Amino acid sequence: MSIGSASLGHAVRQDGELNARALRSDARRQALGLLALLSPGLFLVFAVIIVPIGWLFWLSLFDESGQLSLANYARFFEQASYIKTFATTFKVAFVVTGACVLFGYPLAYMLSQLPRRAASICLIFVILPFWTSVLVRTYAWLVILQRKGLINNWLIDLGVIGQPLPLANNFAGVVIGMTHIMLPFLVLPLYASMKTIDVDCLRAGMNLGASPAATFRQIFFPLSLPGLASGVVIVFVLCLGFFVTPALMGGGKVIMWAMRMEQATSLYSNWGAGAALGVVLLAVTLALLGLFQWLLGARATGVWSQR
Amino acid sequence: MLLSLAPSALPIGIHGIEKRFGALSILSDLSLDVAAGEFLTLLGPSGSGKTTLLMILAGFVRANAGSIKVGGEEIITMPPHKRNIGMVFQNYALFPHMNVFHNIAFPLKQRRVSAAETAERVERALDLVQLKGLGERRVDQLSGGQRQRVALARAIVFEPRIVLMDEPLSALDKGLREHMQIELRNLHRRLGMTTVYVTHDQREAITMSDRIAVMNAGRIEQIDQPEVLYARPKTKFVAGFIGESNFIPVECRNGSVWYEDRKLRMNDPAPSAGRHLMVVRPEKLRLLADADQARPVNALPATVGDVIYQGDSFICYATLRDGRQVTLRDYCRSDVLAKLPAPGEPITLGIDAQDVVLVTDQ
Repeated sequence: MSIGSASLGHAVRQDGELNARALRSDARRQALGLLALLSPGLFLVFAVIIVPIGWLFWLSLFDESGQLSLANYARFFEQASYIKTFATTFKVAFVVTGACVLFGYPLAYMLSQLPRRAASICLIFVILPFWTSVLVRTYAWLVILQRKGLINNWLIDLGVIGQPLPLANNFAGVVIGMTHIMLPFLVLPLYASMKTIDVDCLRAGMNLGASPAATFRQIFFPLSLPGLASGVVIVFVLCLGFFVTPALMGGGKVIMWAMRMEQATSLYSNWGAGAALGVVLLAVTLALLGLFQWLLGARATGVWSQR
Repeated sequence: MLLSLAPSALPIGIHGIEKRFGALSILSDLSLDVAAGEFLTLLGPSGSGKTTLLMILAGFVRANAGSIKVGGEEIITMPPHKRNIGMVFQNYALFPHMNVFHNIAFPLKQRRVSAAETAERVERALDLVQLKGLGERRVDQLSGGQRQRVALARAIVFEPRIVLMDEPLSALDKGLREHMQIELRNLHRRLGMTTVYVTHDQREAITMSDRIAVMNAGRIEQIDQPEVLYARPKTKFVAGFIGESNFIPVECRNGSVWYEDRKLRMNDPAPSAGRHLMVVRPEKLRLLADADQARPVNALPATVGDVIYQGDSFICYATLRDGRQVTLRDYCRSDVLAKLPAPGEPITLGIDAQDVVLVTDQ
């Protein structure tokens, strides 16, 4: 009797936890296995992202004499030239992004409406400069835009202007050169998102009484906004850290963030100052990305439909 | 009546429509009249031109020639947004960046209807398609059937003269599709809008339509009421496309119709001459007992190939004397079930004189 009840109790206990231990250890083994598979990737992320950024941050905390201090960060508030560089960088990024939207949106729209064959041919012309070195393209712009460059020579020969236009070695030159380089970064994501817009949605718009212009405004444009936003973010963030084109096209008059970093490290060998600039640029970029993410997230959950 | 569409329902006159893509002719000299308030279905296999015709009606595709008159007014060159025609798209084409309310309010917004009236009419339309209270839902939060209803509400909320539907139920599963067929038909009866419906599903067409236009290779093969189309198909294509058919070759001589050496009894006048096919629906064939032979039916001797029991009904595959396979279907009434033949057994198939339908053998 007692044996029977004991064995019954044992059986009940076993029913609830049948192989439970073996299953738990199997789950643990699988988790460890997955971690092992991930480890090369994790190591790479650690070695090429976490360590250098940590080192950068560490370096930024030491002044020129090697003393731990916040002098490198204090400079951002004390030196007017730093503030000016910061403002210039944002100004260039805004203007270039704006110019990219101005030229890129109609271009992407045209590409998205063309028949497939024509679109892929035109797309090659968008991507082709993308494959050419930034340095080569920037020098090409210098040749075209400088005082005795192609454009000024033609305009003077044609008698349109008497004096050469200041197109290079200034703000205008930086904007022209950077816009050309950044344009594909805006057009490609925008084109991709425009291609996903359902033709039937546009037909439905017209069918329901919206003129072609109203259909564009109320349906096509809102549906293209996510693509436009990601293009804008990419261009804006790339502009913030851009070096080659402003350095060459600015003629020393347009000092951007990355150029100041280069000065600090290679000209003055002040690694702390350069590192602090890098940390601030990184922080600002991350903050902007977060802001865009938040705005887009709010959009997606139906802010548009409230209008 | 919630939305008063009936008074504004208009007839459509389609005349001489031609549509070519390069050398390929999609529609050739197509003419069709749709009565005011009628539910007309364009039925045909893919590539028959039915969707192209619908796109021409909506104004998304330009015809090469022809005329479309709505209530006597020519609209063939009118841009789509001025046509005032509601359309339900195959994939619904709801605006993903708007909620249900704004989707349905969209056509009213274009027509500058006041906010108060818009709210009221959207509410009524939602009520009509049984989606009351779902106005604030996002489109991606809706099920397939609900999206279908929103698309329908959006297409009728502005009281269009005509409603076009392009295979609107094809994305739904079978049960829901059959439910929506009945619902759409009832909605049409209530609102009375002139409706042109496109489908490749013959059962759907038969269930819903006042009339069906069967299309094939850019032409209308036959346009008739569903029961006429089924019982009296005019061409082999129609007979084959709608329902199941046995085709039995027959010959016309001396003003009567002959199957092998038997003269067929039929109610329709016999064609004068030529090779024809007798169209026999599986359920019109009967198993004849010896006693039935005297009745005025056409008797066809055959041999049973196989008998398949399907619960409510059975299918009998039989071989006629000329080696042609025919299919017979009947319900499993006790008297029929008791006399079910076995494979290999000789039987006599009967077809009533009134059920003999001939089409030309092309």
